[in-house]
Amino acid sequence: MISNKETIVALAAQQKRLDQRGLLEYRKPIVIETDISWTAEGSARVQIGSTVVLAGVKLSIEKPYNDTPDEGGITVNVELLPLSSPKYESGPPGMAAIELARVVDRGIREAKAIDVKKLCITPGEKAWFVIIDVVTVNDAGNLFDAAGLAALAALNSARFPMVNKETGVIDYKHKTTTPLPLVKQPLPLTVYKINGQLMVDLSTNEEIAYDARLTVASDKDGTISALQKGGSEPLTVEEIDAMMTIALEKARFLREELQKQLK
Amino acid sequence: MVYKQRLDGRKDDELRPIEAKAGVIPNATGSASFKIGKTWALAAVYGPRELFPKFLQNPKEGVLRCHYGMMPFSGSGERVRPGSNRRAQEIAMVIGKALEPVVDLSAFPNSVVDVYIDLPQTDAGTRCAGLSAASMALADAGIPMKDMVSSVAVGKVDNRIVADLDYREEHIEEFNPESEGASVSDIPVAVIHNTGEVVLLQMDGKISKIELVTALRLAQKVTEKIYLEQKRALLERFPRE
Amino acid sequence: MGTLKAQERNIVIPGEILAEGMDYLPGENTYREQENIYSKVLGLVTLVGRVIKITPLSGPYVLKIGDKIIAQVTDITMNGWRVSTNTAYTAMLNVKDATTRFVKKEEDLSKILAIGDYVVVRIVNVTSQNLIDVIMKEPGLHKISGGRIISLNSQKVPRLIGKQGSMISLIKERTGCEITVGQNGLVWLKGTPEGEYLAEQAVHLVEEKAHLEGLTVRMEKFLSTGVKA
Repeated sequence: MISNKETIVALAAQQKRLDQRGLLEYRKPIVIETDISWTAEGSARVQIGSTVVLAGVKLSIEKPYNDTPDEGGITVNVELLPLSSPKYESGPPGMAAIELARVVDRGIREAKAIDVKKLCITPGEKAWFVIIDVVTVNDAGNLFDAAGLAALAALNSARFPMVNKETGVIDYKHKTTTPLPLVKQPLPLTVYKINGQLMVDLSTNEEIAYDARLTVASDKDGTISALQKGGSEPLTVEEIDAMMTIALEKARFLREELQKQLK
Repeated sequence: MVYKQRLDGRKDDELRPIEAKAGVIPNATGSASFKIGKTWALAAVYGPRELFPKFLQNPKEGVLRCHYGMMPFSGSGERVRPGSNRRAQEIAMVIGKALEPVVDLSAFPNSVVDVYIDLPQTDAGTRCAGLSAASMALADAGIPMKDMVSSVAVGKVDNRIVADLDYREEHIEEFNPESEGASVSDIPVAVIHNTGEVVLLQMDGKISKIELVTALRLAQKVTEKIYLEQKRALLERFPRE
Repeated sequence: MGTLKAQERNIVIPGEILAEGMDYLPGENTYREQENIYSKVLGLVTLVGRVIKITPLSGPYVLKIGDKIIAQVTDITMNGWRVSTNTAYTAMLNVKDATTRFVKKEEDLSKILAIGDYVVVRIVNVTSQNLIDVIMKEPGLHKISGGRIISLNSQKVPRLIGKQGSMISLIKERTGCEITVGQNGLVWLKGTPEGEYLAEQAVHLVEEKAHLEGLTVRMEKFLSTGVKA
């Protein structure tokens, strides 16, 4: 659909949406599959409505950073593939991909979701580094939530590869049964504001019409680990308060879906 | 030094299991997914659409532009750095050249039809899987085409001419102790269905002229199986109920 | 003697053989190679006398003089507007073809049509290089306001309209929506939010089931029950 911005804005005033969904209702289906790529140490496919993203975790052994000699590390990268939408072009990542990657990254990093000390093999010399790549397959909106969900599902499915005891070289063809030291389950959740109304899970049609958005990464117990405000309109503290309440509640909903669908 | 039986027990002309599906990316004009063994290619077609920069436009017909990329986690070893590289550019070019003889863009001067191929996981034969997927995606997009293109790798592993080599066969010495010192030649081939004409041909390795012709005949034979899967998947888009 | 190799209303893919021998003639979206006729697109086999043609099930809209299309303003020029046509080609809408009223030389054209606006226009000229002129100065042609614009594959537009407009009339009547169908596959719906949503689903039904017979019966059923049969 191409839709009309004015119609979306007018509908919002009546607490309605183009596709008859409730303001706080996610699109269906929500599908979370893991181990979709045998070449990754962990991987997932997430579908929300017709938005589809894939995430893959690759592990490598590197020298730790000088200021944290007894820690491994994590990196999140997002590729908005031209395959997934007519609006994306080939070339280096643009601002949208960078923001998406940074928000997912901070949610995981700041929650200390991975015990990076446990990634250390030999202090000052060797540690495991985790790279999470999220790629879009069909961008039909709300990539923040889909990317965050896919990254978390992929981390949960990841298993360390075998390492040759003599040479110290990773044997990527064979996996151990050891999962990552994942101690938290942070999930980003985005709440959007259109014409004064707060809603979740915007489709690409609706995304042209939002005034502001707030992404809130939170853990199971409701601890918030990252925030990102977007959009060109300001938010009042009262609105932020209301958005956080929605974000925490909806994160519980997505987390339940994740638990249900993870084997 | 004899390769007695294929590592995964297949017959010489036997392909790995194929899963093909069309219309997998709703945003695209046409799309397809093509899995053969553990190699998985997605293809999306966008267009005909406006081509920029303008100097690339062809006033006689539309331009077919192919793009090929491995997803960062799709390599069988370390992470693959995202973005283009020489290998990806060359593969995109040979895939484009393989499709040009069948695609007819004469009704769309100055425009471009973009074909994007991305692989979520790989186990050898990626350009062939990508090309088979691209041909399906173009048909799904309703682009005028003379025929379908079907692609598979054939090759010589030690003493045998076989179809659809996987990663282990491409590196036979590493995986089969009896094949020490054995040579492998890997020959990606694509053919036009009705005529059997070859539109993609590359080779890495060593092979005699006689063996090559034998391998090409094998490719013609087994691409028929690829074609039937492509066709089945395209027809499945329109269930009769 | 010629032999028909494909059955009427069967779906074929590009390169599939349709007939052998010279008794049959290649129609739209087919080609002859020596004795044989082959399909050039994915579509339905249609036989008209001895002519075999393929009705495509997907594919790009081909610009035609006289067609009514929905377009979007992308640029304002000295003497009019450039509009995108949901194809690879943009079209020109001249000021004098946009409105019956007199427009002064120094007038701000964006007051009439701004960038991003959607318009219902008619194609009046297409060159061999697909340079296009459109007009908006006729009954039924206008700037779009409100409602929603959705897209379906342009090859399915004839099915959406139906014989003598029967299908689109049915949808209009049962959803209470104003509906304008552009030949380029863009459709404008305007009614109540519920009506627009139902009409949108009805258009999707045509998109999904265009290759099947009995589409009107299916549509009747869908519009009364809300269930896609």
